[in-house]
Amino acid sequence: MSFKIVVLAKQVPDTHNVGADAMNADGTVNRAALPTVFNPEDLKALEMALRVKDQMSDAIVTVVTMGPPRAAEIIKDARMRGADDGFVLSDARFAGADTLATSYALSQAIRQLGHVDLIFGGRQAIDGDTAQVGPQVAEKLEIPQITYAEELIAVDSKQITIRRRLERGTECVKASLPVLVTVTSAGADCRFPNAHRMLQQAKEEVRMINADSIDADMERLGLKGSPTKVKKIENVVLAHKESVVLQPTEEALNELSATLIKEHIL
Amino acid sequence: MNNVLVYCELSERNQIADISLELCTKGRQLATQLGCRLQAAVLGCNVKAAAESLYPYGVDDVFLADDRRLAPYRTMPHFDVLSKLIQSQKPDIVLFGASSVGRDLAPRIASFLRCGLTADCTSLEIGSHQDAKSGKSYDNILMQMRPAFGGNIIATIVCPETRPQMATVREGVMKKEILDPNYKGTIIPVSVDASLDAADKAVQILSREIEEQKIDIKGAQIIVAGGYGMGSKENFQLLHQFAHLIGGSVGATRAAVDAGFCEGERQIGQTGVTVRPKLYIACGISGAVQHRAGMEQSAKIISINTDPDAPINAIADYTIIGDVMTVIPQFMACYKNNLK
Repeated sequence: MSFKIVVLAKQVPDTHNVGADAMNADGTVNRAALPTVFNPEDLKALEMALRVKDQMSDAIVTVVTMGPPRAAEIIKDARMRGADDGFVLSDARFAGADTLATSYALSQAIRQLGHVDLIFGGRQAIDGDTAQVGPQVAEKLEIPQITYAEELIAVDSKQITIRRRLERGTECVKASLPVLVTVTSAGADCRFPNAHRMLQQAKEEVRMINADSIDADMERLGLKGSPTKVKKIENVVLAHKESVVLQPTEEALNELSATLIKEHIL
Repeated sequence: MNNVLVYCELSERNQIADISLELCTKGRQLATQLGCRLQAAVLGCNVKAAAESLYPYGVDDVFLADDRRLAPYRTMPHFDVLSKLIQSQKPDIVLFGASSVGRDLAPRIASFLRCGLTADCTSLEIGSHQDAKSGKSYDNILMQMRPAFGGNIIATIVCPETRPQMATVREGVMKKEILDPNYKGTIIPVSVDASLDAADKAVQILSREIEEQKIDIKGAQIIVAGGYGMGSKENFQLLHQFAHLIGGSVGATRAAVDAGFCEGERQIGQTGVTVRPKLYIACGISGAVQHRAGMEQSAKIISINTDPDAPINAIADYTIIGDVMTVIPQFMACYKNNLK
């Protein structure tokens, strides 16, 4: 039996390169105006998975993502960097999922793979920064979790040792497999796509998996399966206005502090 | 039943972490508004004194689980105890710190209970909500505000149908405030059963390295910075008080650091750190180009200066013409008033 590793990944809008046209007039996000990237911490997670594979001759790395069909781009990218396989969970019934519904869909997809030894994922995605999906997938699969991982110390077919970040410091922890590990930005950078693999992978199709193939309770997917609802979206004004000059009167300072509180700045 | 519960983290010295005291302060406001009890969960080893230190923050009940397997923090033992506690107590709201502990534990708990969880909230309020589709209205539910999308938008999240409503909050975002030094709460011991054995075996800590607490202003959302115009090291203390009040960090110009007003780790500018907070308050700073290079990307800039022609004023959204030593206390008073 081979040693199975799953990497959870996400294609995200590049929020670090937000241009002027990134927001619609109504305050919603104009996703079409944003370039997409492989979520940076997921690349760190892929590298950690590949380092485990380097040490285990029978390891198979499968990358799993959920998103629109074009998310196949990151599966191709991951395969060029060394992953063996991957697929996209893509279905309108997954749309509008919060972290609870997302982790349910991902965990059901992982269950279809049979026994899995290790699951890696980025700590968080740059478009949401919640850091929730990893621990929620671990809970749904009833396996332990190691979050905030920075370095792979040792691994064999039975256990893994990881250095992880604490609020003030680090600790080394050892867990029996299976376990889910989330990796922070302090993890090692991912290796580059390999030229030979690029040629090999160019023609390979990426599998698309729909909600019917993961043995899911449809009530727990997408918007329907999401307890959190967005009630309101407000724009944060980033542009510098013309400088307002105030005299230090009680009235002026009072108004300024009230404005800053109202604008969520204070 | 239907109370507000705060999961309390412990510091390396086995005291309640600041973030948890901040959450208790916020939790007290919410509980008072809802007319319910404020409860806290303290899980650790030899933590009775820490648990009792919560009373002045207005905590009515402290659930105390004291067991050597609960310290230092590990996910599975804490998950085992806390998930059972929430199932039996059925709180309406549960709050966690958005720390490496809270962000590890809260999502796993939310997944287990199949309830909503909003990460990194910057504001929590009680309000009402009407569902656009069903037309159903909900009163006295938790409004959870959080920045999203690289900080470009603020979203208000609600979880109308599931309980508990859970949120995490970053350290320094809420204020920590004693309600009444003589407030009397009760300890409710939580028995830790044999099921903890399995959770105890899941992950073993081999070693820990705790770093000295360093000053790090890079990630601060609000920075109160002082320049040579602050005049003295003693006057700089006012900036610390101001920053503490509004949940910010103290920064400085090179001139202020060279003059010995504060530590070098706080220096902002070309030879110091570069910061991009959502609010930068420049106090007695003229605004040399080297300093501006380290802060001009701040989302909002306020300059407080006696000189109306100080270069910093040109990039400030607001310029207050006046002496920092009188303007800051005035502003602090106005801010406190407006929070009420």
